[in-house]
Amino acid sequence: MTDITSTTPRAKKRFRWSAIFDHSILILGSLFMLLPVFLALTTSSHDNVEIQREGLKFWFGNDIDENFGNAMFEKGGFTKTVTGMTMLMNSFILGIGFAVGKIILSMMAAYAIVYFRFRFATFAFWIIFTTILLPLEVRILPSYEVIQSIGLTNSYTGLIVPLLASATGTFFFRQFFLSVPEELVEAARIDGAGPVKFFVDILVPLSQTMIAAIFIIMFVYGWNQYLWPTLITTDEGLFTLVRGIRQIIQAYAEGSEIPEYGQAMALALIAMLPPVAIVIFFQSWFVKGLVESDK
Amino acid sequence: MANVSVKNIRKTYPNGTEAVMPCNFDIADGELVVLVGPSGCGKSTLLRMVAGLEDITDGELQIGDRVVNDLDPAERDIAMVFQNYALYPHMSVYKNMAYGLKNRGTSKNDIDQKVREASAMLNLDDYLDRRPSQLSGGQRQRVAMGRAIVRDPALFLFDEPLSNLDAKLRNQMRIEIRNLQRRLGVTAMYVTHDQVEAMTMADRIFVLNAGRIEQVGTPSEIYRTPASTFVASFMGAPPMNLLPATYNGNGSVHLNGETSLAVGAPKDHKGDIQLGIRPEEVKLATGKSATPFKLELIEELGASRLLHGKLAGHDFTVNAPNNDAPLADDLMLDIPSDALHMFDHETGKRL
Amino acid sequence: MKRAGFANYWLPILLLLPQLTIIAVFFYWPAFNAVQSSFYLQDPFGFGSQFVGFENYSDLFASKEYAKVARFTLLFTLLVTATSLATALLLAVKADKVLRGARTYKTLLMWVYAVAPPVAGLMGVMLFDQNIGSVTDLFAWFGYDYRLGVNYWDTAFAMIIVSVWIQIPVNFIFFLSGLQSIPQHVREAAMIDNPSGFGRFWQITFPLLAPTAFFLLIINITYALFDTFGIIDTLVKNNPASNPMTLVYKVFVDGFRGNDMGGSSAQSVVLMVLVLALTIFQFRLLERRIHYT
Repeated sequence: MTDITSTTPRAKKRFRWSAIFDHSILILGSLFMLLPVFLALTTSSHDNVEIQREGLKFWFGNDIDENFGNAMFEKGGFTKTVTGMTMLMNSFILGIGFAVGKIILSMMAAYAIVYFRFRFATFAFWIIFTTILLPLEVRILPSYEVIQSIGLTNSYTGLIVPLLASATGTFFFRQFFLSVPEELVEAARIDGAGPVKFFVDILVPLSQTMIAAIFIIMFVYGWNQYLWPTLITTDEGLFTLVRGIRQIIQAYAEGSEIPEYGQAMALALIAMLPPVAIVIFFQSWFVKGLVESDK
Repeated sequence: MANVSVKNIRKTYPNGTEAVMPCNFDIADGELVVLVGPSGCGKSTLLRMVAGLEDITDGELQIGDRVVNDLDPAERDIAMVFQNYALYPHMSVYKNMAYGLKNRGTSKNDIDQKVREASAMLNLDDYLDRRPSQLSGGQRQRVAMGRAIVRDPALFLFDEPLSNLDAKLRNQMRIEIRNLQRRLGVTAMYVTHDQVEAMTMADRIFVLNAGRIEQVGTPSEIYRTPASTFVASFMGAPPMNLLPATYNGNGSVHLNGETSLAVGAPKDHKGDIQLGIRPEEVKLATGKSATPFKLELIEELGASRLLHGKLAGHDFTVNAPNNDAPLADDLMLDIPSDALHMFDHETGKRL
Repeated sequence: MKRAGFANYWLPILLLLPQLTIIAVFFYWPAFNAVQSSFYLQDPFGFGSQFVGFENYSDLFASKEYAKVARFTLLFTLLVTATSLATALLLAVKADKVLRGARTYKTLLMWVYAVAPPVAGLMGVMLFDQNIGSVTDLFAWFGYDYRLGVNYWDTAFAMIIVSVWIQIPVNFIFFLSGLQSIPQHVREAAMIDNPSGFGRFWQITFPLLAPTAFFLLIINITYALFDTFGIIDTLVKNNPASNPMTLVYKVFVDGFRGNDMGGSSAQSVVLMVLVLALTIFQFRLLERRIHYT
């Protein structure tokens, strides 16, 4: 389609003002998205006193390694035991644990719902389906109480497993499985593959792209969790980076001395780097996952 | 190799729909039977029941000497070629063909030998390492065939295997499948909605309509003596002309009162009938005994041409040889008496 | 369900068991508790509770403060939804149109999706800070004394801006993929029928995007209601006092700070009903969506 313009010899295109206009809007939009993070980056390379005196900085200074170093390795928090590294690790545990758990649970459930004839299929579907009606934020208080009564507060299990109680992944895989040609399972049955073989040999390899796509979405979702980790983890050793933001804000609001602006910005940047990197590097999978999971 | 025997097989869906009415038939060893009919006539359902992909509501199905009603598809000793080929997209051509054998526990050497044999037979040797997505439609079709062949089944099942191919390739694959089936001597059931495929490939044709087998016969039987107006209009291109007429019982039919045609063998029937005349059994004539035809439109087909117009006030088509002669609007037709097919006015059954 | 599904009896149950167990324990149990405790008045010190019927609800609807929060939530949701949808649509249309640099723009406009709301909130806190904030400086330059966390509407302004910033990527991605799924032949037919690019957009492109837009509307409302929690919590700097807040944030504040379990639960139930209504609305629209495709 696009080749037509390049292969057809044609008089030099006349200069188009509308193209300039289009690009200006896109550049403005891109700047709007970029600028806050750029400011965070440049500011994080300055000394706190300097920032306090002169405001956010628009260009790089000399303290970038010090601020990032402190953010990553200085022992902070009330107990002075937790470092940025600990939080980074916890974030990865939450992000990966959540994504992997979600994929395993929802693939199994979707497989059962789509590929089996059994009496409770519709019932099970509705049980799972209903969960989209109530986001965690709405039932946050009773959920907290349940976790507390089971004694799962301040544990990775308590952090991850309750977040898995939703239907999103199941729907995603259900949708995908339904789009897999019917004849494939029939051919497999004629080829002598039972339900387990079909799942392992055919369906899982077929779903690779889907798995990658949903992994990205779920990893970002898990990594960015805020409210739940805030409630469930009071032990600073279990803090994630995003959870740690709350500590910064608290210190910021209550502190009497000069707040550690540079370090706070550095931590914010570290907290956004892994998910942003994944989204950028695996853009096509990410877009696929996003567009197809929400439909 | 095996024969197939079907006794009173029936399919009723839970919602009460009768997909396949009770039917009986036998397929001889090495025979290729084509199930043909419009979409929704139950032909695919019937095939899928034989494959074991659809439960049999009632009746008995035998493949070879075994009653297979309750066997899994994999245990029925069948192979199936699907309309969209149903190749495993993530496996190479080789693995696609080998998968069924692997699941049966066939040894690696045997698998390799069988896959190589099949691929040589189907000219797929150069493509064994490719994925299905890297193949053309015709090649995919061949892989699907190969997957069926390596199983060395007692019965081949084809579910509209050619409908995803373009016209030229379809003609070619039709011949290939026919040759292959003859060479292997495997019994085969072949489902299609394309009457040309049915006519050209079948040893016997089963014409299905609304879940019922309307007629069973060799292609020539189906063409020469269609059992009903449905079969008459479904098989043959262009389709048979069907005109309302009356039969007086003494040797001639009347169209629209004035025009009458002589009938060869008298029938034991009087009154309204449906008269069937194949477009290609009519000739242009000049004689007095001929029937007048009002020409409205000519379709050039190259070797012949289709003349569309009115015969005794009804739509009528004539398939005439193309001799480039200019044609007047008012023509005369010679309709031989043995070209007349008479059907019951109400039931559509042949008289 | 597939035509030729497996007829195994125990396997599907086994496959569903983990998911169903987790949902039962961490979804149905808490949801049931929420509904139940919304009918009880709980002693803040944990000495039992007392059945009070609909009193929590009537208190809630009589509360001036709750009405104020509800009004703000409505305004907030409207503004965030409208602004982010409109901006994203404009950007998507332009990104779909330009030939050069389309991929770069796409990346630049979507990566913010991965930024956590509270992280965005923290950057907002800095940008809108009274001492160091650049936006505050900008306002000062125009002669306005901007005070985040002190002036109600100043804080609301920051909340809306940060919320829109985070939400633009999702809308952009969906609009762009909606635009790119409009078949080339439809565009070409429109080019022949209508010489005006503006007219083509409103008469052809926009109606074809309508299903996407409807769908995004729901997504955005849900987002503004629930997912902005982290932004609000950071921007009010953990100190909601006289600051604006949304209904979801109030559930949290009343439940965890005010220890008003019954009231908080009643609020949860009200939100559940709201989500239910939204979902039903969404399904009505989903039915409509199918007409186009």
